[in-house]
Amino acid sequence: MAMTARQRAKVSLYVQAGIFVVAVAAVIIAVDWKTVGTSVFNFAKIGPMFPDIFLVGLKNTLIYTALGFIVGLSGGLLLALMKLSSFPLYRWLATGYIEFFRGVPALLVFIAFGYGVPLAFGIQWDVNIIVMVSLGMVAAAYIAETLRAGLQAVPKGQMEAARSLGMPHWRAMVSIVIPQAFKIVLPPLTNEIILLTKDSSLIYVLGLTASQYELTKFGRDGISSLGAGLTPLLVAGAFYLVITIPLSLLARKFESRSARTKR
Amino acid sequence: MNNSTGSTATVRAAGVNIKDLRKSYGSNEVLKGISLTVEPGQVVCLIGPSGSGKSTLLRCVNLLEQPNAGTINVGSFEATDPDVDLNKMRQSVGMVFQHFNLFPHLSVLENCTISQTKVLKRSKSEASEVARRNLERVGLGHLADRFPDQLSGGQQQRVAIARALSMDPQLMLFDEPTSALDPETVGDVLAVMRKLAQEGMTMLVVTHEMGFAREVADRVVFMDAGVVVEEGPAENVISAPTQPRTKEFLRRVLDPTHIGVEEA
Repeated sequence: MAMTARQRAKVSLYVQAGIFVVAVAAVIIAVDWKTVGTSVFNFAKIGPMFPDIFLVGLKNTLIYTALGFIVGLSGGLLLALMKLSSFPLYRWLATGYIEFFRGVPALLVFIAFGYGVPLAFGIQWDVNIIVMVSLGMVAAAYIAETLRAGLQAVPKGQMEAARSLGMPHWRAMVSIVIPQAFKIVLPPLTNEIILLTKDSSLIYVLGLTASQYELTKFGRDGISSLGAGLTPLLVAGAFYLVITIPLSLLARKFESRSARTKR
Repeated sequence: MNNSTGSTATVRAAGVNIKDLRKSYGSNEVLKGISLTVEPGQVVCLIGPSGSGKSTLLRCVNLLEQPNAGTINVGSFEATDPDVDLNKMRQSVGMVFQHFNLFPHLSVLENCTISQTKVLKRSKSEASEVARRNLERVGLGHLADRFPDQLSGGQQQRVAIARALSMDPQLMLFDEPTSALDPETVGDVLAVMRKLAQEGMTMLVVTHEMGFAREVADRVVFMDAGVVVEEGPAENVISAPTQPRTKEFLRRVLDPTHIGVEEA
């Protein structure tokens, strides 16, 4: 009965492979392949999605993400500095903001700025503005915490050395601390962009014109117009990967680079 | 003190005057009324056991630590005056840290130019020229384009000295500059400091290098438990101490293998 370590490893490998085979077989048997063929993997009918999925869907997703990121990054930096401020009111405001916007669903924020604010103030915002504000304000809350951690990870001696050379506090922050903090937070920041890319799909709750469709809305539109079942959504999903996988690779590259320079 | 190096201008040295300096962290008083004078051009070494307050005293001089009471005068600045222009004062006080604290995202040259261009508003070319001159001065002119993490500890510390010198300081503070170094690189850093002393720089040095203190310091100050126990010319304090506490400390430092063997 007693097995050597090598035998045990072999058995473990066989068991894992066995579970995998059974799981795959179960899926193959359980799936209704005929329906799947017409309404999930029906690639014959998706021709009309091109080239607009690039020119409208992908383009708008990139634009919405970029707008949200610009606001998120500048707002996040401001909040991070407020959280580290010596003025208590700033710390409280920043903490309150971060807790609130991290705590409520992004979808509700979109609804609030898409419908609530126009109702309350009697103004009509452009879609780009709504995305910029909603996505940006949610992103700012997450990015603020990332940046705060990055700023605090810069050794105290850096600030002391900068101040000893006669730099005012703000100059030491701008020239010495913030550049190093950004290097530290580059990997987590790239992950924030990935989350942002996907969250940009929440804009579907607003009424969009066809030229404003981003990937998800574009895919949903395809469901009703092409008669290929869910296939257009599958295609749209694949296009998200076109954005997010390169970002992931980029984050990994940053990570290995900063690991190498840290001796 | 004569200025022996032709390439460097005569140092405009500033003196330091400390009176009744007190500093506490909570209820723990680490400086209990320190008075100390460093004349312009003098080299004063602070020695003493760890926790004696010597680093805190040094860090008070350029207000990295805020003293609770007492006065500090550095050249024409009263450091403890709440209205003092701290940034202006610090421009004339060079500081060298135990752990170098070079800016890792900047090249060696940029480490030495950034404060010149951003604070003194020197032109890029003038700042580079000053930086290169000071890197030559510490023997590292050929490493100007490297980054700090590509240098040995001793080289990094010499860059840190060049960085401080590039601001044309009138006083240099050294906080255990060789304590974090590999033994074989200590000598290079001490040689640079010795040269600096010969050029007439005012230097206040916290150190455990007794050989350096004896050879270079005009005066040695022995501190323990937040007070100055003994001070005077180096040969007196190190070679012929009068206070029992100084004797015990020096015996341990100079002959560490005899710790606890003989009770005085």
